[in-house]
Amino acid sequence: MAFFDERTRMELQRRLADMVNPVRLVFFTQELECATCRETGQLLRELAEVSDKIRLDVYNFQLDREQVEAFGVDKIPATVVMGERDYGIRFYGIPSGYEFAALVDAILAVSRADSGLSPETRGKLRQVKAPLHIQVLVTPT
Amino acid sequence: MRLAHRMAIESEWIRADMVEVSEFPYLITKYQVMGVPLTVVNETTFIEGALPEPVFVEEVLSALPAPSDGGESGT
Repeated sequence: MAFFDERTRMELQRRLADMVNPVRLVFFTQELECATCRETGQLLRELAEVSDKIRLDVYNFQLDREQVEAFGVDKIPATVVMGERDYGIRFYGIPSGYEFAALVDAILAVSRADSGLSPETRGKLRQVKAPLHIQVLVTPT
Repeated sequence: MRLAHRMAIESEWIRADMVEVSEFPYLITKYQVMGVPLTVVNETTFIEGALPEPVFVEEVLSALPAPSDGGESGT
C-alpha cells in the first residue's frame, strides 16, 4: 500500500517545486527488531520519487558502521536531512503526521540553505560558540 | 520542531533531532516525559510545550554555560 494517494502526491509535488538545491536523505534502517523501519523506508522512497532534487541513500544500521559513526546516529529508524553539508538535522522514528510536515519543512529549508529565522534570532545564534544538542521529543499525531 | 531544525541550519554549533519518543520508550523514562513536545537541550535544559521563536531560542541558549569573561556578577 502506498503512503501517498494521488492528491497528496500532487500537493507534495507543488510544495517541493520550491526546492532550490538538491537535498540528500540518508536513512539508517535494519530488517529485524525495528517496528517502523520498513514503513519509514517506504515513506522516504515515495517522497524521493516526488522530486528529482531529492536523493535517498539507505544504510544498514548493523552493517554500515562507518556511516553510522560518520553521521553519529544512535537509534533507528534514523533519517538525516542534508544539503551540500550536514547541518545536524535528524529524524528518529517514523516522520508521519505532523512530523511529516516538519520533514518537508526541513527539506525546503535545507534546499534553500536558509533557516528563515528572524534577524534577531540569527544575531543571537551567531554568538553561539559551543555545541548545542537539541532533542525535540514528540509522539504520533 | 521546525524551529530546532532551522536553528541547526543557522549555526554549525547546533544539531537538532526530532525524536518520535513512543518508538524509544527508554527515553520517556530517561527524560521523565509527562507531555509533548518536550525539548531537551544538552541533556540539562528542558523546555515544555511549543513556544514562539524568540522565547524558544532564549530557552535553548540558556543551556549554554554563562560567559566567564566578567560582566554581570551572579551574587
